Amino acid sequence: MIADAATHPNLPLVRMRGITKRFGPVEVLRDVDLDLWPGEVHILAGENGAGKTTLIKILGGVYSDYEGKIEILGRPVRPTSPLEAAALGVAVIHQELSLVPSMSVADNLFLGRAPSIWGGLVAYRVQRETARRLLAELGLEIDVEQPVERYPLGVRQLVEIAKALGHRARVLVMDEPTSALSAPEVQRLFALIQRLKAQGCGLVYITHKMEEIQRIADRITVLRDGRRVGSAPAGELSPGQLIRWMVGREVEQQFPRHFSRPGAERLRIEDFTVRAERKGLRPAVEGVSLSVRAGEILGLAGLQGSGASELLSGLFGALGPRASGRVWLDGKPVRIRSPRDAIRQGMALVTNDRKTTGLVLPMSVAANATLAALPRLCRWGWRRPRREREAAAVQSRALGLRAASLEMPVAELSGGNQQKVALAKWLEINPRVLLLDEPTRGVDVGAKHDIYQLMNQWTAAGMAIILITSEMPELLALSDRIVVLHRGRVTAEMARDEATADRVLEAAMGQGSEKSS
Amino acid sequence: MSQTSQPLFRAATNWVYSPGVRSVVALFLILALGVVFHHRGAFFRLETHKAALRQTAEYGMMACGMTLVIISGGIDLAVGSILALAAVLFSLATIHWGWPAWYAIPATLAAGAGCGLVSGTLTAWCRMQPFIATLAMMVFARGLAKALSGGTQVTTAVRNPDGTYDWVDVPQVFYAIKAELLGTVSMIGVLFLVCAAVTWLLLARHRWGRELYAIGGNEEAARLSGVRVVRAKVLAYMASGVLAAVAGMCHAAQEEQGNPEAGEGYELIAISMVVIGGTSLMGGRGGIGLTLLGILTIGYLDKILSINEVPLAWRLMLTGAIIVVAVLAQRRSG
Repeated sequence: MIADAATHPNLPLVRMRGITKRFGPVEVLRDVDLDLWPGEVHILAGENGAGKTTLIKILGGVYSDYEGKIEILGRPVRPTSPLEAAALGVAVIHQELSLVPSMSVADNLFLGRAPSIWGGLVAYRVQRETARRLLAELGLEIDVEQPVERYPLGVRQLVEIAKALGHRARVLVMDEPTSALSAPEVQRLFALIQRLKAQGCGLVYITHKMEEIQRIADRITVLRDGRRVGSAPAGELSPGQLIRWMVGREVEQQFPRHFSRPGAERLRIEDFTVRAERKGLRPAVEGVSLSVRAGEILGLAGLQGSGASELLSGLFGALGPRASGRVWLDGKPVRIRSPRDAIRQGMALVTNDRKTTGLVLPMSVAANATLAALPRLCRWGWRRPRREREAAAVQSRALGLRAASLEMPVAELSGGNQQKVALAKWLEINPRVLLLDEPTRGVDVGAKHDIYQLMNQWTAAGMAIILITSEMPELLALSDRIVVLHRGRVTAEMARDEATADRVLEAAMGQGSEKSS
Repeated sequence: MSQTSQPLFRAATNWVYSPGVRSVVALFLILALGVVFHHRGAFFRLETHKAALRQTAEYGMMACGMTLVIISGGIDLAVGSILALAAVLFSLATIHWGWPAWYAIPATLAAGAGCGLVSGTLTAWCRMQPFIATLAMMVFARGLAKALSGGTQVTTAVRNPDGTYDWVDVPQVFYAIKAELLGTVSMIGVLFLVCAAVTWLLLARHRWGRELYAIGGNEEAARLSGVRVVRAKVLAYMASGVLAAVAGMCHAAQEEQGNPEAGEGYELIAISMVVIGGTSLMGGRGGIGLTLLGILTIGYLDKILSINEVPLAWRLMLTGAIIVVAVLAQRRSG
């Protein structure tokens, strides 16, 4: 446990010096310095593969075979396990949460250190009360007896933080904590971060979202290819400068959108409804009608629970009989009962989570890239490996995929390259309609730029795109037209030049146009 | 080891730790055991190796089918019972009902496929846990085998209506299956190699094989990529049932009878062969090549222990220990 930081005002909470880390012959970090002061949010920025995660894993005690020094409040330390790091007051909140879903909130908070009586029996009453108090400090009033899985992701994230605080952590490391949170949940998290700062905690915060950096950063350190490019107080670093640091080159335009002239109507849906998963709940999507033209990008906006993702999945046949409505493709009515039907009709869906629904991680890059097109690449059911390799090579060139080999498991690629494989899977079938659900989530700036360019190429070739993205600037810059959903219904539709962040957000929160039920 | 290891060294380490190489190493260790404990040269005689092939063939066929199921993320506990059912049905048809081989063989295969169809439908369509569904099928098929046979072995002694027994000839097809081709290799061993070759071809070169890997690796991603998940999975269980039926016919031919108690525990041997080869029980990884190594490893281990006249109790304990060691060794690099 850390001594009270207030007594050491001139010492940083954490001082990392000359950190170098190799995996075999590959040097992933070289001579990296990082200082974290009490009461500051220190943003760690950089493209995927820049070494951010490795650096915090070293701080968190996951890797102990590194070169360099770490001091905590001036005392040299070398944590060799997450447990040791926790004892030093360092808590890492990972992208994948470390809670046991089926256990209660209170049990999770005290996992491994439950208050016990009579040498081993859990003192449930003490545990319950302590858990309540701990959560109340974070402004979270929930039933601590309920299993964690009953709560939405945002609450779980706060529970995770409470767990870290329960260990009396003074250094909190958050790795993209908002990637799965809804807007109000993000608000709550940021409010908590302010409170933690006021209490003298230091936070290392990894994010790809520019908005977040601008909102909460006190200091920013940028890594690129395992080296520290620079470190500066947030106020002195302009967004342009930050991106130059991250990318190492001028990004002339953050969102390159060439205006193509939309053609004839490609896809039209009328009165589309997706039933709720359980009976008695409000349908996820209710009576939505919209259309997309060839060469057009239709942006679908909405907060968590708006039904935008369900609309795309339902349209793609992934939700089976839960989805109903009339669909026309190029003027002809179609019935889509399964993803297979949708693919045959020339539709493709890039899901919002490449790891759980997009890619088969243990399979090779080539096998993933050709999975959807397998029927076309086979003859009488027999695969033709050479044709598959050629197809995969063509797609990976078109997408600018950086992989050591097309035969390596896709799990070993970086996030941006994995996303490109998820896209490559669909390009081989040359779809008429491309449904993109968060195509740039967890993707670094360079790869994002590539994906935007590709979307331009595809629309220029006449593809119709429906795009969901939770990043407002991306939505506004890329969409030719925006449809806003709130609680499963369309609340606004606006053309590109009338769309502003305020108007979209207003409609997404259901103000004015729909009475809340 | 210094931190500046050479890329070549790293590549070599990766290669050494790949599942295939590790399984080869395991097999060679077992063979080395045979060279050391050759039991007065018995291990160096061709006879021994021919016998080893013949004796592992039945397990091997099941292990091939099991590989298909395990790669798709499932497991098939019913194969041992299906073997008994097939042995009983095949013996009844050829000995008692006097069916020609060309009816009896397809009928037996169809029975195996039918069992697989049921377990496959229960897991893929009704979304039951494969462990539970095939456990139920295991019990059911065993019961069916006992019902068909009346609870006793189906032998060449045919009961007359007046209670007396007539001894009939052993059907020609039994001799054909037991035969040695060109006087050297047993037909059963050849059948096993054919089964292995066909399943290898399907897994490595057919669309269905690729679909099984995709389903085992990530079922939802496979479904969203247009893979017919239910169909592919049901076919895997059916293939497993068919291969168990082939093993059952071989079993009947070797014993010249259909024993409803046959094949008990065989499913576990087949599973351990697949796992020792390095195919992951989580699905999505592995292959027939690896399973072949696993089959040879367990087969030779058993042979070496038996030529050295190690008591059965010790053989079982040693086999258990070796499974643990092999799987631990595989996890090391994972």
